[in-house]
Amino acid sequence: MIGRIALQLTVLLLFAPLPLGVINKTKALFAGRIGPPLLQPYYDLARLWRKGFVFSRTTTWVFLTGPVVGLVVPLLAVQLLPFGGLQAPISFTGDLILFVYLFGLSRFFTAIAALDTGSSFEGMGAAREVTFSCLAEPTLLFSLLVLARSADSLSLGALLGPQLANQWLTEIGASLGLIVVCLFVVLLVENSRIPFDDPNTHLELTMIHEVMVLDHSGPALGMILYGAALKLMVMSALLVRIVLPLQTGSLFLDLLVFLLGLMGLAVLIGMVESTMARLSLPRVPQVLVGTMLLSVFALVLVLR
Amino acid sequence: MMWLVGSILLTSLAGVPGLFYRREGSGGERFACGLILAGCGSGLIAVALTLLSDNVIQFAIPWSMPGGVLALRLDAITAAFLLPLFLVVATGAVYGLGYWPQHNNPGNGRNLRLFYGLISGAMILLLSARNGVLFLMAWEIMALAGFFLIITEEHKEEVRRAGFIYLIATHTGTLALFALFALLGHNSESLLFPDMGTLPAAGSSLIFLLGLFGFGMKAGLMPMHIWLPGAHAAAPSHASALLSGIMIKTGIYGLVRMTSFFTEIPAWWGWTLLILGAISGIFGVALAIAQHDIKRLLAYHSVENIGIITLGLGLALLGRSYNQPALVLLGLSGCLLHVVNHALFKSLLFLSAGSVIHAVGSREIDHFGGLLKRQRWTGLYFLGGAVAISGLPPFNGFVSEWLIYLGAFQPIHHPGSSLSFALLTAPALAVIGVLALACFVKIFGISFLGEPRSSGAAKAHEAPRTMLWPMGFLLLACIWIGLLPTSLRPLLERAATDWSGNLTLPKLTGNLAPLSAISVAGWLVLGLLLFIGWLLHRQSAQASRDIGTWGCGYQFPAMRMQYTSSSFADSLVRLFRFGLWSKRHGGQVRGLFPGREEFSSHTPDLVLDRALTPAFTGLAWLFRWLRSLIQNGIAAIYLLYIALTLIVLLTLLLR
Repeated sequence: MIGRIALQLTVLLLFAPLPLGVINKTKALFAGRIGPPLLQPYYDLARLWRKGFVFSRTTTWVFLTGPVVGLVVPLLAVQLLPFGGLQAPISFTGDLILFVYLFGLSRFFTAIAALDTGSSFEGMGAAREVTFSCLAEPTLLFSLLVLARSADSLSLGALLGPQLANQWLTEIGASLGLIVVCLFVVLLVENSRIPFDDPNTHLELTMIHEVMVLDHSGPALGMILYGAALKLMVMSALLVRIVLPLQTGSLFLDLLVFLLGLMGLAVLIGMVESTMARLSLPRVPQVLVGTMLLSVFALVLVLR
Repeated sequence: MMWLVGSILLTSLAGVPGLFYRREGSGGERFACGLILAGCGSGLIAVALTLLSDNVIQFAIPWSMPGGVLALRLDAITAAFLLPLFLVVATGAVYGLGYWPQHNNPGNGRNLRLFYGLISGAMILLLSARNGVLFLMAWEIMALAGFFLIITEEHKEEVRRAGFIYLIATHTGTLALFALFALLGHNSESLLFPDMGTLPAAGSSLIFLLGLFGFGMKAGLMPMHIWLPGAHAAAPSHASALLSGIMIKTGIYGLVRMTSFFTEIPAWWGWTLLILGAISGIFGVALAIAQHDIKRLLAYHSVENIGIITLGLGLALLGRSYNQPALVLLGLSGCLLHVVNHALFKSLLFLSAGSVIHAVGSREIDHFGGLLKRQRWTGLYFLGGAVAISGLPPFNGFVSEWLIYLGAFQPIHHPGSSLSFALLTAPALAVIGVLALACFVKIFGISFLGEPRSSGAAKAHEAPRTMLWPMGFLLLACIWIGLLPTSLRPLLERAATDWSGNLTLPKLTGNLAPLSAISVAGWLVLGLLLFIGWLLHRQSAQASRDIGTWGCGYQFPAMRMQYTSSSFADSLVRLFRFGLWSKRHGGQVRGLFPGREEFSSHTPDLVLDRALTPAFTGLAWLFRWLRSLIQNGIAAIYLLYIALTLIVLLTLLLR
């Protein structure tokens, strides 16, 4: 088990910033630019790690809890997930609730770290983040219920087990297709991607996630960016596993399939970001409620 | 048994010696506190003895009242309610020494301590009573002592109003309970509580409905929560902690105890509780988000948590109707564990809110700000309570919600049955959890972080040690249940077995509910957070902290430009506008050069302010109109009434 935990951590820590590079490269291709190098996120992290800190005089120790929790939570959550064909290192009944609530913990501390600066902009970001997550979380729960029902189990490891490959061919396949769409939307919301949030926007008034970390600097900002990359990879892993439930039995091949799937998803996110405009803020709840209804429909399909 | 009786006597009489002290002096406050601590200690010994040995403690002596014997009994269900009671009562009593000292409150300090002790003793008696009459007596003492706790500051208009509404609500509920116990006595031919799972189901529906109304009123289940927000806001903070943490749980206790009597449970009981629980949970927290008063906000969170507890109980009832032992075990243990947890973190939150109110002199969240720098410990304790009540790991709230989630997921193993609708409990819990998180981000962020928003907050000071130690103790208890939930496993399993009559229940381990895995996860989260936090702290220790927050280029930010609690809540309140109907005044910018503009928002209670008050005002108007019509002061008309009455009586008699 220790070996599998170590492997999972190594893969996560090594490859997490790569999808961000792929997304940026895809966006650059669509825009006809050359774009930053594929490994730019790694260079950014290394640069931030060498810098010093700057703190506002308003802040307290709570300010640093945001980056810390944001980094620790994906490290723990990833242990509950299978990476492609690799088994989940830790698996027990009910771990899917722990998975969801761990990300709740990270949201709580990111939001209070934002409020710690006393800035209105960061308050706005925190308020939007918690509002949108209210609408994304039931969708995630409905999708997990669908998976739990079709696997007849309550642990993520079994939910995303090898049986998925066959289920796509049975009547459960329709539900799986629906929740893939739902989980993709949840992925975009939770990782603050277009059309819900723009990670590269320049106006503080319109940001959600980026505005919450305006005052962070140096290694703390690096931890936040790294934590965000880890979170993107963990949530992508969930989606990749459902779409590509291949199981070759060979560690190396399974890992390769998983990483290819991950990069494919990154390209897809890049395409969405290049072809869509950002939704105006009042539209976001409508889209999220629509997605929730889709997930309810998926649940009804497997329960009937 | 002597320990339990001693505990009842010591706590209920704790305030009496104080009456003989001078009101200007210490008023015997330390003596009263000592008596309460002794009572709680002796009660804890009684609970520990029950839990360590396998038998239950019983006690019965002949009694001249109807109903035969004065019977007390301490079993696992009672123990699950008594355990948090003793912790909260003891910490509240110590806290009261610093929060409501006699020399600052010569007028009402002795009253407060008298009724604080009395309500505690009455609740211990109520939870262990096994005789309907005794139960009702304890219930009534508790209700009246609670009334006097609420109106401690009776010179304030809003306090008297809150107390009055509470009195009406509690007696309406008691009325239903009188009927309930009369029916129960009729069905089982004795006023003693029947044994678990012995009453036949015939005629039980009326009993259930009466119990749901009477106990639900006390528990604050929506839409019967009308008395709760006002009452909890009006009482002194440690009394609010007791009312919110423990007293409303006696309603849950009543429901749990009452449902245990019957051999079979109709399925609609469980469904009713699930629906009411979901409504309480979601609307309780939505109303909480819209509040500006810290204690009213916490009070609405009690409605929310009662909703979560009711969801657990509803699942357990469904488990009995559909004969699903796993569902019974998970639902009931989640329900009872959440009772314990809510008592601990809610009283922690009320006590730390009291410390803030004590320091700032206001209950408005928008008057706080930047308190973490001035009240380090209070802030830390409040943060702990906030994480716990949001149901986040590694604290205790997560464990109980996790058990209820597992119960809610059980129907996936039985597709095609109508039980599948219970799956919807899981998304409902998720919505409640996320909204609670949003609400506590708001309240902690606005009160404790940023810059002070008023001169009171700028001059705030840390609370005295007598107030800090009790809060620290409660936080430790929250962490204890979060990190070592297995230590409460025997209690929960025994309570569920007692409750479910003749079903054979599984254990809370392995494939059903691996509590030890949750415990390991909790330790990992805490350990990693502390380790990485320490690394980052060490690395950033040298950094300078003398620049202002980035104002996006604006050079002169002021305190009043910070995000306020209503602006933080606005986007969420708008999402729920279909159910909240917040009132908004002003805030419209007019013209090219807009002048001064004011904005205020206010969210009245859905049931009390929107429905009941208008309805009763209308009724009162109708009766006043009728009275002016009939009692119009004209003698001839009165003679006519007499004549008419005589004629009617004669026709009736001679018919």
